[in-house]
Amino acid sequence: MSRSYYEASARERLAGVVDAGSFHEFVPPAARVTSPHLAQLDQPVAFDDGVVVGRATLAGRPVLVAAQEGGFLGGAIGEVHGAKLLGLIERARTERPAALLFLFDSGGVRLHEANAGLVAVSELIRAILRARRDGVRCLGLIGGAGGCFGGTGLIARCCDRLVMSEEGRLAMSGPEVIETARGVEEFDSRDRALVWRVTGGKHRYLLGEADRLVEDDVDQFRAAAADLLDSEAGLTLAAVEREHARLQQRWQRFADCDDAPEIWQRLGVDNPAEVPLLPLDQFLAVADGCRSAP
Amino acid sequence: MEHLDYELPSRPQPHRREPLLVGVVGSGNCELLLEGGPPADRCRISIKTSAHGFAPIWTAVVADFAARAAAGGLQIEINDVGATPAVVSLRLDQAIEAWEESANV
Amino acid sequence: MNAPLHLPWDSLRRRRDGRLARAKALGLDKNVPAERVVQLLETVIEPGDRVCLEGNNQKQADFLARALAKVDPQRVHDLHLVQSVVALAEHVALFEQGIARELDFSFSGPQGTRLAALVGDGKIRINAIHTYLELFARYFVDLTPNVALIAAEAVDDEGNLYTGPNTEDTPAIVEATAFKNGIVIAQVNERRQTLPRVDIPAGWVNYVVVAPKPNYIEPLFTRDPALISEIQVLMAMLVIKGIYAEYGVKSLNHGIGFDTAAIELLLPTYGESLGLKGKVCTHWALNPHPALIPAIEAGFVQSVHSFGSELGMERYVAARPDVFFTGADGSLRSNRAFCQAAGHYACDLFIGSTLQIDLAGNSSTATKGRITGFGGAPNMGADARGRRHESAAWLKAGTEAAQGAQHGAAAMPRGRKLVVQMVETFREHMAPAFVERLDAWDLAAPMGLANPPVMIYGDDVTHIVTEEGIANLLLCRDLAEREQAIRGVAGYTEVGLGRDRAKVEELRARGVIRRAEDLGIARRMASRDLLAARSVKDLVHASGGLYNPPSRFRNW
Repeated sequence: MSRSYYEASARERLAGVVDAGSFHEFVPPAARVTSPHLAQLDQPVAFDDGVVVGRATLAGRPVLVAAQEGGFLGGAIGEVHGAKLLGLIERARTERPAALLFLFDSGGVRLHEANAGLVAVSELIRAILRARRDGVRCLGLIGGAGGCFGGTGLIARCCDRLVMSEEGRLAMSGPEVIETARGVEEFDSRDRALVWRVTGGKHRYLLGEADRLVEDDVDQFRAAAADLLDSEAGLTLAAVEREHARLQQRWQRFADCDDAPEIWQRLGVDNPAEVPLLPLDQFLAVADGCRSAP
Repeated sequence: MEHLDYELPSRPQPHRREPLLVGVVGSGNCELLLEGGPPADRCRISIKTSAHGFAPIWTAVVADFAARAAAGGLQIEINDVGATPAVVSLRLDQAIEAWEESANV
Repeated sequence: MNAPLHLPWDSLRRRRDGRLARAKALGLDKNVPAERVVQLLETVIEPGDRVCLEGNNQKQADFLARALAKVDPQRVHDLHLVQSVVALAEHVALFEQGIARELDFSFSGPQGTRLAALVGDGKIRINAIHTYLELFARYFVDLTPNVALIAAEAVDDEGNLYTGPNTEDTPAIVEATAFKNGIVIAQVNERRQTLPRVDIPAGWVNYVVVAPKPNYIEPLFTRDPALISEIQVLMAMLVIKGIYAEYGVKSLNHGIGFDTAAIELLLPTYGESLGLKGKVCTHWALNPHPALIPAIEAGFVQSVHSFGSELGMERYVAARPDVFFTGADGSLRSNRAFCQAAGHYACDLFIGSTLQIDLAGNSSTATKGRITGFGGAPNMGADARGRRHESAAWLKAGTEAAQGAQHGAAAMPRGRKLVVQMVETFREHMAPAFVERLDAWDLAAPMGLANPPVMIYGDDVTHIVTEEGIANLLLCRDLAEREQAIRGVAGYTEVGLGRDRAKVEELRARGVIRRAEDLGIARRMASRDLLAARSVKDLVHASGGLYNPPSRFRNW
């Protein structure tokens, strides 16, 4: 029976993605390194502060891996959570694993400890780019119930490659944030079809932001991640400039679009209204002919 | 947060392994950290819960658990966000099962 | 011998004709422009009239409700509303403005708090809270509407109405009004040259207005499988093995909660593994629940008759005419009155949830500060004492009732309907489902009722299912046993902790209380992996792409 990646907890996802029995956890729950900020606010803490980090193998090759738990405060990044991720990235620069694997499931910065969380996000972005410069391959998997938003969305887009499911969501400002800031007329966060249309895996794949789109299945995420262990790695000035040019071009092409299907139409999708309902294989057949190059 | 601590008689848990985490600290849910430590015929349970005023219910839930499970020699710490007794009991049973399934000895 | 009375035998008809003539004099004929509807209502409705404003938990005559709230209270006032639900803000506004004064109804979901406040302010007189079937019955006895404001899908050039999949209450309302000197006013979504089928003949309708916006329909019966918990899976397993299989329940009605959605989603997996296909759950009185799709596709279900429809199920229903009642056009033909009758008389079992259960098994959804009503639950959740046809489930339940002998020396054998209440011992925020005393007791007086508003009476309930097990109340020999059986499945609530442990173990030994392990159900088996669909998307796939869920239920 297929196992839903969307429904699984961080630990279940992690156990399913890496080689069975290969995971060794750093700063495990029994170390009880929990959030001092939450304790001060008399709020519930988690023994792992919402993120599992450690060493494992994937398809027999060494990886360093982190999995965020979207069920604990939306997977949001606080001081301890951020420090665990940062330590893992720093370790990758000396250990040189085949990949640094992030199982993202996070709404961004944890409001209870916003300053520490914001600092952590900026440190993490810098650390990932430095690790990439040093040749460490950074892969992100996005398909959890909490999505990948805010600072975590920024971190994800700093990775070399992203694997998403249709159920995965990736964006800077989350739906509720947009609605709060700009009003329900601008964005109705309860309109789930709209939310998935403009942040979901299909849209991100068509825009070239997700490199692989898979079914909501732990094994498919695992296979895609393993497949990407041989993808090109490294960050050069030329690559950054190419990315900037690509973003510039996207702005010129799509800035006046009101909704995702308009973008899909301009990309050359024949029946954009049908895209959300297409099964994965049919969608890929349509999308691979016209999507923006990653 | 309300803190509750129990030490209860329980049948000895025959298996040994490294600490184990079960569950998630989310609304209506809880996480449990299991470790060895107490004497073989005693189970220690300590709870931190965001729902105040339910001590009598916790007392009954953990007493039933210690009576039905082989939890002797285990220390169980719980971080709770308003899980119902049904969910807490289920997580406790799942934790013992997971402990035994992946035991080293 | 008395002299013959000289009564004006057609006074009501002449009064109606007078109203129609007044409208005609203003140039209002059968087709009324939307902007003149308020004027029409002010012309044909008289102070003190009984008015039925159609609406249920799904379809609403919302445009006509807004129009009625705009009439001049100097001209139209002190109306007596006789209608299924008080659901819209406009319904309540009618009382706040004095346009209406009296109310006979069945259900008020979202407006329950405002309704309670109006009672407190003396702005409303609630005569009675009914079941749907009871209210429809009174339309034909002493609550016949003078004016009915109804909702339909389309009208043709001759004035016939098509009610589409959501026919719901319309036939019952129109039948009572049109044939007893009343006036029927319909709002429709559109005009069509020809209708897919005629649901209401033109001659029964006096006025038709095309509403500026389609009438509102609430997707009330869509339950996202993603929100079903492991505990609900466990309870569903208890019900399938401990009740459906045990009694061979073939005909049934389900409530609308996640508990019963879990049962629907376990039939093709757990139910199949128990070899129950074709043996249980073959005939239903049920709206087209999306959660039933996997069971239908697995061949469990032979027939479903519906109270109303469900948004997004149109194409699926049209493609499964062997299962659903459909018109020649393929669209569902629902009918609340007939389906309520089916649920009462032709079903072996009703299962639903509630908010509070007391020590005698009485249950209520009324809580302090809210007047909610009952809807259809009491019709389904009551023994059908008029029933005579036999079935295995009905006979077995009757035999057990005789063993329990709660009805004295049951010399004459008779069957019994299975009425099951399914609740977790604690609801959200640790609110206990079991209480010593129902909140309903405190609501009777402020509502001007002689009796507490009980949804399902304890003596109609046959089983209570919680995550702790099943209490079979049929087998209880007296009220004291019944109380201990209920306490025995009430878990860690105060009611549960107050149980007599020795007595509960005795009841368990007799099979009055059955825990999961007594039924051979391992609690750890209760995983969401057992659900035939774990998301709305799975339901779409199960339907072969025919189910088209409303956008609020999508995550794609």
